[in-house]
Parts: sequence; C-alpha cells; structure tokens
Amino acid sequence: MSRDSAASAPAEQGDRSGRPVGRKMTGSRWERFFEGGLLQGGVQGSPVLRLLIRWVRRPLLPVMRLWRRNIQLRIVATTLLMSMGVVLLLGFVVIGQVRNGLLDAKVKASQSQATGGFSVAKQKADSAATANGDDGTSADGRPSKNVSQWMTDLVVSLSSGGQGAFDVVTLNSTASGDGSGGLAPRYSEVDPIVSVPEDLRARVDKSTAAAQSYTRVVYKDGRESQPALVIGKQVNDPNADAYQLYYLFPLTQEEKSLSLVKGTLATAGLFVVVLLGAIAWLVVRQVVTPVRMAAGIAERLSAGRLQERMKVTGEDDIARLGEAFNKMAQNLQLKIQQLEDLSRMQRRFVSDVSHELRTPLTTVRMAADVIHDARVDFDPVTARSAELLADQLDRFETLLADLLEISRFDAGAAALEADAIDLREVVRRVVGGAEPLAERKGTRIRIKGDQQPLIAEADARRVERVLRNLVVNAVEHGEGKDVVVKLAAAGGAVAIAVRDYGVGLKPGEATRVFSRFWRADPARARTTGGTGLGLSIALEDARLHGGWLQAWGEPGGGSQFRLTLPRTADEPLRGSPIPLEPKDSRRNRGLDDAGLPHAGGAKLATVPVQQPGAATAPIPPRGAMAPRLGGVSPTADPTALPGNGARVVPRPAGALRRQEETSGTGRERTARERGRDGETPEELGHGEAFRGR
Amino acid sequence: MKGRVLVVDDDTALAEMLGIVLRGEGFEPSFVADGDKALAAFRDAKPDLVLLDLMLPGRDGIEVCRLIRAESGVPIVMLTAKSDTVDVVVGLESGADDYIVKPFKPKELVARIRARLRRSEEPTPEQLSIGDLVIDVAGHSVKREGMSIALTPLEFDLLVALARKPWQVFTREVLLEQVWGYRHAADTRLVNVHVQRLRSKVEKDPERPEIVVTVRGVGYKAGPS
Repeated sequence: MSRDSAASAPAEQGDRSGRPVGRKMTGSRWERFFEGGLLQGGVQGSPVLRLLIRWVRRPLLPVMRLWRRNIQLRIVATTLLMSMGVVLLLGFVVIGQVRNGLLDAKVKASQSQATGGFSVAKQKADSAATANGDDGTSADGRPSKNVSQWMTDLVVSLSSGGQGAFDVVTLNSTASGDGSGGLAPRYSEVDPIVSVPEDLRARVDKSTAAAQSYTRVVYKDGRESQPALVIGKQVNDPNADAYQLYYLFPLTQEEKSLSLVKGTLATAGLFVVVLLGAIAWLVVRQVVTPVRMAAGIAERLSAGRLQERMKVTGEDDIARLGEAFNKMAQNLQLKIQQLEDLSRMQRRFVSDVSHELRTPLTTVRMAADVIHDARVDFDPVTARSAELLADQLDRFETLLADLLEISRFDAGAAALEADAIDLREVVRRVVGGAEPLAERKGTRIRIKGDQQPLIAEADARRVERVLRNLVVNAVEHGEGKDVVVKLAAAGGAVAIAVRDYGVGLKPGEATRVFSRFWRADPARARTTGGTGLGLSIALEDARLHGGWLQAWGEPGGGSQFRLTLPRTADEPLRGSPIPLEPKDSRRNRGLDDAGLPHAGGAKLATVPVQQPGAATAPIPPRGAMAPRLGGVSPTADPTALPGNGARVVPRPAGALRRQEETSGTGRERTARERGRDGETPEELGHGEAFRGR
Repeated sequence: MKGRVLVVDDDTALAEMLGIVLRGEGFEPSFVADGDKALAAFRDAKPDLVLLDLMLPGRDGIEVCRLIRAESGVPIVMLTAKSDTVDVVVGLESGADDYIVKPFKPKELVARIRARLRRSEEPTPEQLSIGDLVIDVAGHSVKREGMSIALTPLEFDLLVALARKPWQVFTREVLLEQVWGYRHAADTRLVNVHVQRLRSKVEKDPERPEIVVTVRGVGYKAGPS
C-alpha cells in the first residue's frame, strides 16, 4: 500500500479489514488520518472507529457464532464461571477462618510466654539492684560494665528457653537513649533494628504496658526471613534505666499450616471446578443430544425423507419428546400420503372424466356436424336449431377443454415441454390466426420489435395459447383501435406485451382479470364466447415457465398485458425488458406534457448503467440487441419485480431517484404520495397487478 | 381413391357415427370393437388406413398399434381422449403416424385421413441421396450400400421431404404441413417423435445423427451427402 494513493483508500480499507489485528493496524489507521486530513481536507473519526470495531470483531465472529449456536458450550462455560466464583469465595472464607484460629492460639501462647519473661526480667533487675548496692553505677549515670554484662546474661537466659520458638531482643529506649552511647542492643540471632518495627518501638516507649505487632524477623545468619509476632515492653535495668525488651515469635509453623490449607483448598477447588464443568458437559449432553438428533431428523423430514424416526429409550422427558416427535412425523407422513393419494386420485379422476366425457361428446359432435351440414334441406326452425346445436357444442367443447386444462394445473400434472423456439414465429402464427377476428372488428394488429430472432426455451404450445388468448382479448376489447404486440429481450428475459387502446381496466381489475370465470362486465355480450378460464390458464402457463403474466390498464385508456419468460428454463427472472405501464399511458403522456425532466423519451432509450449494489438494477440488453428494438425501450423495468399485488416497494432515496430516471415514469413517487392518502396502490387510478410467483 | 378404413373402437355409438361420416366421404369402413380381435380383423380387411382408439378392452391400443406396425407400414391414426404429452408420445412411439384428440370435428378427421392416404397416389420416378443413403422415391425404398432399410410410409415421406431440399432447414411447423398435411395446429411432438423413430432406423449412431441433423432453435435439415 502506497501512502500517497488517495484513490485507493476506500477499496484498501475493505481489503485490510480481513487482516488480523496487529501492528499494521496503527500504521494504516494513521495513514487513514493522514489521507483524510491532508488529501480530503477533513478527518473522519467515526468511520475509522467503526473500522476498528469491525477489525476487532472479525476474528471473534466465529467464536461468537459458536457461542450463539451451541447451548452446550454456553452452559458448560457458565457452570465453570459460576462454580469458580463459588469456590473462590469459599476458599477465602475458609482460609480466613483457619488463619484466625491459628493466630489466636499462637498469640495467646506468646503473650503468656512474654509476660513470664517480662516478670523474670523485672525480678532479675530488682535482685541485681539490691545485691549490687551502690557500687553498680557511676556518678554520671552511664551504664556500667556490670549492667551491660547483666543485660547480656539476661538475654541469653531468657532466650535459652526458646530454642527456635522465640527470640529475645533488648533495645534501649528511644526516648531516653541518645543512640550512640546507650545500651547496645542485645539479641540472640535476629537483626533487631530491622525486625522490630518503628511504630511498635514508639508505642512501647509511650506506655509501660506490653504492646504487640506483626513483623518479619530478619536473621543475621542469612536464614530466610520469617513472619513473626513481636511483643515488647519497657522494663527497667538494675540501674532503674528503662530499656525495651522484645519477644519475637516466628510464625513459621502457622505459615506452613496455612499454606498447606491453601494448597489443599486450591487443589480441591480446581478439582471441583473441573469436575463440575465435566458434569455440566455430560448432563447437558444428555439433554442436547436428543434435541440435536430431533433437529437433524426434523431437517431430514422436511427434506422429504418421511420415514425418518427418532430413537426412543426409557420413559423420561426426553423419551416423551422423542415419542411426541415420532407421533408428529407419523401423522405428517400419513397426511402427506393422504394428500398425495388425493392428488393422484384427482389426476386419475381428471383423466377418467376426460375420457368418459370426450367419447360421447365426440359422437354428439359428429352427429351435430352431420345435421348441421344437412341443414339446407330442413325447415327454417330445424335448420336454426342445428346451427345453435353446433355453435353451443363448440362452446361446450372449449369449456370442457379449458376445465380439464385447469384441473390438470391444479393437480400438478402439467409438464413443460421446453424447447428453444423463436418467439417471433409464435407471435406471427398467433397474429395470423387472429386476423379474421381483427378484420371483423376493424382492428389492425401491429407487431413491433421483430427484426431479430427472439429465442427462448419455452413450450411453443403453451406460449401460443397464452398469446392467442391475449391477442384475441385485446382485439375483442380494443373497440376497433389498433392492437400492438411488442417483443423485446434483455438480460436473461424475453417479454411480449400486448397493448390495446380500448375500454381498459378499472382500478383493481388488473388482478381480478386472472380470476377464474371473471368477466369485466357481466352485462357485456361476449362475441367470441370465451370460457372465462383463458387468462387463468394463461397465468398458469406463464408460471409453469417460471415467467410472469401481468396486466396493466386504465379506464378508457386501454390495457397492456405483458408476458415475461426466462430465456432459459429454470433461470429465475429478475426483471422484464418491457415496462408494465406503457410509455403512451395517459399518465406518462401527462408527465411528458408537463415537461418534467425525468420523463424524457431520450433517456428511456438509453441503456442504464448498472448500479453496483442496487438490488433492482436494470438488466442491460445483450450485445447488439439494443439497436434493433427501435421504438421499444430496451431498458428493463426495474420496478417490475414480482410480488403479490403490491406495487410500491420502499427503497432508499438514492435508488428512487435513479429509478425514476430509468423507467421515466415517476410513478413510484406518485404512487407513494397517493398511498399516503389512504389508497392502496392497487386502488390507484391505474389498475396494475403482479401475478408472478 | 382407395378408401378402406378399419375403425378399432369399443364405443359402438362412436363407431357407428364414424361409419356414417366415413361413408359420407366415400370411404369403406370396417369395424372391430375388441383389441384382441383387432389384428385378425386387420389381416382380413387389409385396410388402407387404421383408425385406432387408444383405450380398448382386451389388448390396449398401444399394443395393437405395435402389432400392426410390426407387419405393415399402413398409416395408423390414433384416436385419443388424452392430450397429455406422455399419452401422445407413447402412442406415437408405438408406431402411430398421427393422432387426433377427442372430441374432434368430422372435417378435421377426414382431412387427416385424406392427408395420410394422399401420399401414395402420385409416385414420381426420382432418385435422391442423403448422407450415404440412396432413396428411390417411386420404388419407395431406401438403401445404404445396397442394403435396403424398411421405413413406414410416413417416415419415408419425412426423409424424402428433407432430402429433396438438403440446403433448407425445415422448421417443425413446415414439416408438419408438408409431411402430415397440417395447416395450423402446431403440435411439434409429432415431428420430434417421428424424427427420433426415423433416426433409430437410418442413423448409424442415433445419438450422433448425420442424416437428420438438428438445427438448434429452428428445426431439422438433411445431413451433407
């Protein structure tokens, strides 16, 4: 990474985030500040912070994931933590009590020992003073050699009873002595100045009572220092001068006992914690294993392996879970089998009805045709009857065929015979077939966008049926105005839109047109005698292809039906090459007249740049297809996402703007504004619908 | 015009009605209602065409079709109540030349019968070759290196149609019109099944056809000779 490349900074940040936290981090952070501050004119603090948090989080993510997903780990860890806390608390309490107990006994014994010693020292001083009479001291009160000797003897005699149990030290009183010429400290084996704490000496000076304190004895002979209890008292020597006598009781034994207790407790605590963890692990495993097994089997069940069952042992709650689970699976399997049987029966029934009904119908049909052909020889009434018979038989036949077709869809028995076909051929055939009807209606059918082959993997029979339906409907409802069949391809999708300028659709009708036996106006006479199932079948045909069949219409402004199919079967659709609402809809024309900038026709014809990250990015047309489309907009309609009727999809503000530009309708905003007024999008002035999967 | 038609159908009303219509159009129908007796009736009547219902008591239509096809190339038109792909394809694969779904119009049926009978009327002396095959149109024979290959009349027609214009790619719809005599109704399954059957007879390796080549997205054409 180069320090002076400003342009690469955002991209590199992304790359770096994958690296582990380390020394480099500070460097690049600094760099970030450097670049931000010097090259972009502002320090961005919060992104850096966020980045840092991400860096720290990244290596932890798998651990966190494991933590979230693994209940066993969680319980064991919690048990370990809590038992550790309990063991620590318990340890502290027990150790405290043991120490107090040990010390209490020691202090009592030491105190009695020291009291004895003090009184012995007093007696010795008294007896020495009476024995020596007046020759013991000099005039100036300096301690004579006798006193010095006496004191040494005293210390030796006092400490001789100890033998490691205690040490005896004499120090001159800090208050009386001048330090240099006073009594030199007498001691057995300890360093008196270091071993006796200063504040104890001060305390001993101030009162004649005994005082005690804890300290560490430091030995002269290089032995390790020991914790000790020191008891001191101010005593008079034979010259009645005060000196300090200290008893030092090393607590070696107590220390040893305490550390033994501590060690034992620590070992026991550790064992307890580890064992508790292990127990928790085992116990949780007992519960978790069946649960995991149940989860695994449930997954396999949902994957269709209905014969999977849990192993059940014992009669405990887990076993009950297993039993209940197995019962559920059993019932599920039974139900599914019943439904499958039902579906099979339904299919059989459809097939049987098909045969049973069709054979007599064939006979009737043939008889009717023979009668119909001979009608010129009949009297007018019989002749007309023959005509009616033949006509209605036609209708009956179509209705029967449609019913059987739709029940075949319902039974899931419809199969797709996909083959790479040129949809232009299909369209031409359909338009050719609809010409006689169009001529009768005075309608002209125009085909747009058929300059280049439009190859898609589709079932020609079904696509033709869909298109025939759409074109015949358009002619029938087109009130003699032109019908435009538009073809376009972009990305992985091909689309055929059939536009008419007739009565159009009322608000909300765009979804209902696909309902079975639905009629726009029950009072309207139907000239071509449709069955009312045509669009339902067309919709099922589109779905079978993995495609969409959608309707748009405005009252009096005509309607547009759009069939979108994936280029290759099994490929999911992401958009349609033709916008559902045609450019010449009343609203779009209205926007054009108003001169709104985003409704420009020129923009429509341009290929939109794919916007990275936009979920609804329009599909750019493939290669050289763009020019051939002519008047047809090659832009995929980014708003044309499948949904269950809902037209308005909330999007970020940035994306919204872009869509308005690409689709050129500005519909999104309008729809949203109206939607706020309490109308659902479907009830807007322009009925639109999505009937894709 | 030769016009002996054997109607194999168990529904007496329909059979009678078919008889009325066929007689009205100048054919000579004969009838059999049982699948087991169909083959014997076929041998007796020596029809020019068989109208065969798929669902029959005794032997079913598929079986009857196979038996007839085993000993004769006479055109067979299936009558079926089922338009599901599986049923249709099974019927065609068993050897039927064409099928018609009930309920049908009498005119449609007659048109199909005529289309199937027409081909044998105008034999023109003509010699064609496609791949390493030599086709004698008048003699109605196909030979590879002197060995003759047995084809049904329909398969022969299909092969001849392709061989006559080896430069042309035929869409399935065009083949339907030229070989089967259809004007509209695009059921390309008919073409697919028959091309497969033809290939199984004339190709050295039906998996890699050289005589009848598929042009993806368009149709079929004759292989290079």
